[in-house]
Amino acid sequence: MITAMLSEAWMAMWANRLRTILTMLGMVIGVGAVILMLAVGQGAQQQVQASIASMGSNLFIILSGSTTSGGVRMGGGATPTLTVTDAQSLEELPSVAAVAPSSPGVAQLVYGPNNWSTQIIGTTPSYLQVRDWPLSAGSVFTDSDIRSATRVALLGQTVAQNLFGDESPIDKTIRIKNSPYLVLGVLAGKGQSLDGRDQDDTVLVPVTTAQNKLFGTQFAGTVRFIMAQADSADAMPRVEKSINELLRQRHRIRDGADSDFSIRNLTAMANTAAETAKVMSLMLGAIASISLLVGGIGIMNIMLVSVTERTREIGIRMAIGARGKDILLQFLLEAIIISVIGCLIGVLLGVGGAYGVQAAAGMAVEVTVNSIVTAFAVAAAVGIFFGWYPARKASMLRPIDALRFQ
Amino acid sequence: MADPVIRIEKLFKEYVTEAGTVPVLRSVEFNVMPGEFVAIMGASGSGKSTLMNILGCLDIATEGNYLLNGRDINHMDRDELALLRNRVIGFVFQGFNLLPRANLADNVALPLIYRGISRTERLEQANQMLEKVGLGKYGQSRPNQISGGQQQRVAIARALVNQPKLLLADEPTGNLDTKTSKEIMALFTELNQREGITIVLITHEPDIAAYANRLIRLADGRIVYDGPIAHADAEHLESTS
Repeated sequence: MITAMLSEAWMAMWANRLRTILTMLGMVIGVGAVILMLAVGQGAQQQVQASIASMGSNLFIILSGSTTSGGVRMGGGATPTLTVTDAQSLEELPSVAAVAPSSPGVAQLVYGPNNWSTQIIGTTPSYLQVRDWPLSAGSVFTDSDIRSATRVALLGQTVAQNLFGDESPIDKTIRIKNSPYLVLGVLAGKGQSLDGRDQDDTVLVPVTTAQNKLFGTQFAGTVRFIMAQADSADAMPRVEKSINELLRQRHRIRDGADSDFSIRNLTAMANTAAETAKVMSLMLGAIASISLLVGGIGIMNIMLVSVTERTREIGIRMAIGARGKDILLQFLLEAIIISVIGCLIGVLLGVGGAYGVQAAAGMAVEVTVNSIVTAFAVAAAVGIFFGWYPARKASMLRPIDALRFQ
Repeated sequence: MADPVIRIEKLFKEYVTEAGTVPVLRSVEFNVMPGEFVAIMGASGSGKSTLMNILGCLDIATEGNYLLNGRDINHMDRDELALLRNRVIGFVFQGFNLLPRANLADNVALPLIYRGISRTERLEQANQMLEKVGLGKYGQSRPNQISGGQQQRVAIARALVNQPKLLLADEPTGNLDTKTSKEIMALFTELNQREGITIVLITHEPDIAAYANRLIRLADGRIVYDGPIAHADAEHLESTS
């Protein structure tokens, strides 16, 4: 019975090929757009999430703050007020997992015939923990390296690539500002940060080395910023408060006076970015769904025309024994076949389009099984929903009226 | 004596129009026994087509009883009526009413679909029926590739494919020339005499009616003659076209 109905439906669709194809096109575009938009949205979301993960979790960044000097307020970070001992004292706070002081600067690196300018961060081994950044080869410098400010370095992937190519950098000596540094290790690749910087284009050296030998500083022992990691997301507000209290105390800031540092909650910022990406993704999906809806209305439109056009045929079928539900099934099947085939083509086009966008525009896309299944289910539902009314209309015709229809 | 195939009692049919109700059938009553061949004649507007549609379960009377095969159709729902049209009644129309897209075998097999019969069996039975009406070789042709007489044969094959007890024909020769009409009427006569199929047929033409055994003449929604065709007056046999 159902196979007979299917072939009947197929015959009717074949007889009106062009119309069938055009109706299908509505579904194809709708489903294709949904798949493509979801893929782009999900891709963006994934990218943001990867960036967040690469930054490290539960992170605070404490920056040297603005100071007021003779009534002139200087911008944030203008005067280094944070010190390595600040960082050490923060480590004692409860719920603080790790603290890394950071003293960044830019310098030229040379190895053999190659040279490369990059950001060099003077820090402690805790930096790797805070940033959740493993080594891909070699070993980390130690606390004794920090105490004695030895000339050792860890290279980011990009730096290693540019200076060494395929050669292993471990235990090789590079020159930074004409001084020799021993490469102890290479950091694992981290990719782009949220704002699109290449995080692998960096070199880590002991904080004391950076302060005393590499860049020098106006104020002994100061660092540009300190990164601190709370041991859980729940502890973050508490940790932020205690960092604030401790640093104000250490910096002897009177009640009511402005702090000479500022604390930024990177996780909160990252979550905002993730939320934004998610909303974007949802919005893209919603806009694409509208075209799916329009496709569905197209099906309904054509089915209504088809029912009117074939009223006589319906009458003949009823006269020879078709029940209302047979007629209903026949027209419903046509609508469902159109939407399901349209959906199949739409999925193919959407997936193809997504990878096309990826190849052409270099955008990250993520085609999920979920989005395909959803698109399929929605397409079938659209077929049934918009096919139902015309099919029901056909099935409710009185045989005699349908037969007399000219 | 066997039960009648058709038994109608005090049948009324009115159409409601903007101008008011128009009575079309007024207290029509007759029985048709198994194996009868009945011709219904009447002028345009006499109600014969309406009567035919009611007999074919395509339309419902306003009042009165209609027992088909002893079953009262007044109390049936749409699905039960569809079942009767499928199994008990075969319908032949003036305009053939074949599906233009389907080939002849599929057209003949159409009623079997609604009976839930498998495709191979459907086509087998359809081809047998086409054979019977002399179109065995044309199964793959389309309706527009054959003549009107042949199309009417296909329609008859379709009407017969479910082995109905009753064949209703609404001016089956109305669109055909004399020669073809005679061939179609010969087919009806054969079906009636050899297979005992009860036939009720509407016609305008006396020479077509002459193939039947019994004549029912309608005028203004009433039966004005019901009896053997041989005894009918010239007045009741006269052409109505």
